[in-house]
Amino acid sequence: MNAALHAVKLGLARGWIEFKNSLTNPQDVSFTIISTAAFVVVIYFQRDATVPGTTFTLAGVTLPSMLGMLAAFNGLIGAMSMITVEREDGTLLRAKALPQGMLGYMVGRIALLTLQALGSMVILLAAGLLLLPDLAQAGLGGLLLVLAITLIGLVATLPLGAVVGSLFNNPQAVTGLSMLVVGGLVAISGIFYPISAVAGWLQAIAQAFPVYWLGLGMRAALLPDSMAAAEIGGSWRPIETILVLSAWVVAGLLLAPPILRRMARRESGSLMEARRERAMQRVG
Amino acid sequence: MGAVSELEGDLDQVNTDAAIEVRDLRMAYGPKRVLQGVDFTVGAGEVIALLGPNGAGKTTTIEILEGFRAPSGGHVRVLGTEPIRGDERWRARLGVVLQSWRDHGRWRVHQLLHHLSRYYEPYANPARRPFDIAELIDAVGLTEQAGQRINRLSGGQRRRLDVAIGIVGRPEVLFLDEPTAGFDPQARRDFHDLVHRLSDLDDTTILLTTHDLDEAEKLADRILILSGGRIVADGSPDQLSRQISRDAQVRWSRGGEHFVHATEDATGFVRGLFEQYGTEIGDLEVRRATLEDTYMAILKREEA
Repeated sequence: MNAALHAVKLGLARGWIEFKNSLTNPQDVSFTIISTAAFVVVIYFQRDATVPGTTFTLAGVTLPSMLGMLAAFNGLIGAMSMITVEREDGTLLRAKALPQGMLGYMVGRIALLTLQALGSMVILLAAGLLLLPDLAQAGLGGLLLVLAITLIGLVATLPLGAVVGSLFNNPQAVTGLSMLVVGGLVAISGIFYPISAVAGWLQAIAQAFPVYWLGLGMRAALLPDSMAAAEIGGSWRPIETILVLSAWVVAGLLLAPPILRRMARRESGSLMEARRERAMQRVG
Repeated sequence: MGAVSELEGDLDQVNTDAAIEVRDLRMAYGPKRVLQGVDFTVGAGEVIALLGPNGAGKTTTIEILEGFRAPSGGHVRVLGTEPIRGDERWRARLGVVLQSWRDHGRWRVHQLLHHLSRYYEPYANPARRPFDIAELIDAVGLTEQAGQRINRLSGGQRRRLDVAIGIVGRPEVLFLDEPTAGFDPQARRDFHDLVHRLSDLDDTTILLTTHDLDEAEKLADRILILSGGRIVADGSPDQLSRQISRDAQVRWSRGGEHFVHATEDATGFVRGLFEQYGTEIGDLEVRRATLEDTYMAILKREEA
């Protein structure tokens, strides 16, 4: 039995168990429902507005963009908060005490975050198809493209989120700060309104990060080709999308393993104890 | 780091039967020197209690042995391997009991134990099969809670789960850092029975730290006292008390008056008392130095 392969299998089992656990957790379920409901409300109010110069609904453009945002959000914030919380509560240390435990842990986390991202996207997509029958014309090919972009988006953002999470000690601070940063990125990345509405230099910044390209990719997958006219350069820019997202994938996969290994190596009971004391002070 | 500063010369004389060998172990955090030349050896199957005041370096020592922390210098071997370089096969032979807090709160007790036990499958040794989960849950007294979510366990039940997780792979060497902190007397007694079982039936080598001297005396074959970054005492509880004082205190009363006498030969002295006064003697009490007396005396000697 190959021990590393065995640990990968255990990691997948762990991801599945934890996904099932989160499905039966009222707090998790209500969080997912409320946040998805918020997106559905946005779509509902935009359903009668049309994109200027076309007969296509504004909501039809916003929905794919939101799918792209969800992929980035789950990868970045999800991985970040998971790592900080689980360093503090000892999950990580427990993994370290097992043979091949860290490998199993990391695989489990990737599996869980992927399942959670897909879960919330399926809910949003289902609601979108009910409200916006137009989207159905994208067909099976379009949905498969959505799945592919989601997976690339997660691979591009998960390692980054994990690295940032491993560099900070305070879960609340990390989550708050990263919400601000990612929220800012979303605001300039043409998710809720076309990117042409923001200043040129902000467009340039947005195009350096994955959020914009994930939104663009999702629009390319689900919208008719005529809608590309509204994008920068009047095109879906598939080559650029693949290049930028691949660059983030490569950067993440190069950076994350050594940084996470270093973090794992330094993990010990007394460090965790110190974090726990600090957490107790925050609560008390 | 460790390899450069390792002791040279007498490596070939090192006892290969030892489960744990520590020679001249040093650890510094910046300018603060926590361990300044710790030496001890633990034979296979021995149960050792590591005692010492807070800040003496007990946890640091255990974390170095677990491979969780790189020492500043010295020679350290656990099951023949330098812990910081220990591979996964080596890791599978160790058990670490962690002081958990709220991890895996949504998992159920048997579910988590079963999942964690599977990590040991590729390393299965026919002579030391991993525990049967139901049997393990029973051994730590959590049978009634087996199906419960972990965040619903009481503090003591959680600590017993920690112990179960630490031994799920049927380790050859088990590390326990203050395992019974927060236990009620019943849980403490159950835990002691479990440690005896592990040691007697499975021949597990156990190193534990504790502040409870009574516990150390009950569980340990040998006691190590760590103070000022060094091992200042090493021996069975009995040997340690004899190092400090061979005297026993004899107390008695006669004619309404109370007496105390310290003597090395308590039996002879009491025999003499009875020969001289017979039935006049009352309230007889013979007390040897307890481990607590010994411990305090050794620490006082070290501070002086």
